[in-house]
Amino acid sequence: MKLSRIIANTGEWLSGAGPHDQIVVSSRVRLARNLKGKPFPGWSKKAERVAVLEEVRTAVEQLPEMEESFSEKLDDLSALEKQVLVERHLISREHAAKGAGSAVVMNTSQTLSFMINEEDHLRMQAIRAGLQLDQVFAMINQADSELEDTLDFAFHNDLGYLTACPTNVGTGMRASAMMHLPGLVMSEQVNKIINSVNKIGLAVRGLHGEGTEAMGNLFQVSNQTTLGETEEEIIGRLNKVIFQILEHEQNARQILLQQRAETLLDQIGRAYGILCHAHSITSKEALNLLSFIKMGVDLGLFPSNNRLHVDELFIETQPAHLQKGLQVRKLGAEERDSLRAALIRAKLNQMAEPEIGKIPTNGSSTPSTSNTSETSEES
Amino acid sequence: MFCDVCKSKEATVFLTQIVEGKMQKVNLCEGCSKEKGVNDPTGFALADLLLGLGAAQEIDKNPAGNRCPVCGFSQADFKKTGRLGCSACYDAFAEGLSGMLKNMHRGSVHTGKVPAKLRVGRLRNKELTELQASLQKAVQEEQFEEAATLRDRIRKLEEESHAETAPEQEPSAEVNRIASIAQSPEAAEASKATQTLGVPKPRKNS
Repeated sequence: MKLSRIIANTGEWLSGAGPHDQIVVSSRVRLARNLKGKPFPGWSKKAERVAVLEEVRTAVEQLPEMEESFSEKLDDLSALEKQVLVERHLISREHAAKGAGSAVVMNTSQTLSFMINEEDHLRMQAIRAGLQLDQVFAMINQADSELEDTLDFAFHNDLGYLTACPTNVGTGMRASAMMHLPGLVMSEQVNKIINSVNKIGLAVRGLHGEGTEAMGNLFQVSNQTTLGETEEEIIGRLNKVIFQILEHEQNARQILLQQRAETLLDQIGRAYGILCHAHSITSKEALNLLSFIKMGVDLGLFPSNNRLHVDELFIETQPAHLQKGLQVRKLGAEERDSLRAALIRAKLNQMAEPEIGKIPTNGSSTPSTSNTSETSEES
Repeated sequence: MFCDVCKSKEATVFLTQIVEGKMQKVNLCEGCSKEKGVNDPTGFALADLLLGLGAAQEIDKNPAGNRCPVCGFSQADFKKTGRLGCSACYDAFAEGLSGMLKNMHRGSVHTGKVPAKLRVGRLRNKELTELQASLQKAVQEEQFEEAATLRDRIRKLEEESHAETAPEQEPSAEVNRIASIAQSPEAAEASKATQTLGVPKPRKNS
């Protein structure tokens, strides 16, 4: 299968539906595995990496769930194609920087993706829309169990699965949820939440994980520790915290509606105005404004059949996605900014005019009934 | 003095903290200290900050071997990259790593998934450990008949694991010694005397 076919379709996690998908954009679980007796990719010679690549790639391609899949060596992908995969969270930024000796295999629905010779010999992930960490874990766990038949993974009696970085040793699992939290950002509660989540061994990060900026009010909540707990315990703990953040976000939105409705409507209206009329816009500004439109859809200010259009814009306005249609040449930043503005104008003009100006009463975001105490968490 | 994190700017923030009775020092420049949240007491997670730095210092102290015997990775390499060279590095640098893993994670022993191939072996190892403890106890209590039964079960399990895995599991010397004791009560008496008194001296039968 060709990458162009993968790129032409938005992945399941973006277009699909899942529990709480208004606030929890996607759930993802990745497992890190290494082959027994082989040096980790960062410390192996090219010939060794190529041998590992062949072995792992063959095993992955033969998985029943990968019958319809895309498989390519990283040195056979263009910089733009790699960037598109990064923007879709199908490969990591680190993996995109790799060349010979690394590869990626993914299924057509883009729910499963296998990075070969990233930091570890194999990093495999499952990603789906909404909050369904248990389901995505089951998917990737199944693939892992199947791979065990053909691959011998490095496993230590006390330390579990061995990984290049000691921060991943044990389960080798990183589970995360991408959350859209404009209410907590607007009510200036988000830093408090981030701090308290950090204190209990979980991490809150920006859009593309470690060391990235939070744009478009999108935050990634994930487990920080991998040793000493079972996979189920880690996911259970994470789920609990995600539910609490979800409740806080819903409450924050309700409080904003009750106490600062004018400010809220003003922000959403201005965002809509700018996006409808701008002729040049950076991806950061676009994401931040789109975040308000997305919240507007959640609150019932826009017809709800516009949800997919808005969600797609989050990805379609990213630099590589913007240029993927044009095979001609790389655009400069200014050209990208005007192309982005044109794309957004076109999409928003298809949407019905919003009814901004009256406070929504039947918004789909329901207030939570349980505790409203701020940043409560397990100790 | 340079900042421990970026290693390029002058360190102006000096942090000393006692973690589990050990003193750990970190020197940071202003930028890095802000980034790590040192200025914000509410957001400052010590374990986070020390994760890389304290660990690197700790591993430095590890006197046993500077390189992994399998892949040749050195402690200096680890300090530089924060990554290990191969699976065997975990054993080669075990001493330094153990403290670091304790700081990083919620526990120091894996309790999660085990590859199916290894599950049988792990169960058997657990059983072996338990049987060996019972054997020790039986010998101490001079229950020689029971000890003999236990010895046979241990031998059988060891043969099984021998047949399946690499020949690293030689019947342990301890089991052999206890086994020989179990075979002849007199020998046991003698051995016990040797052990307790340190002098091979025949004992009167009462």
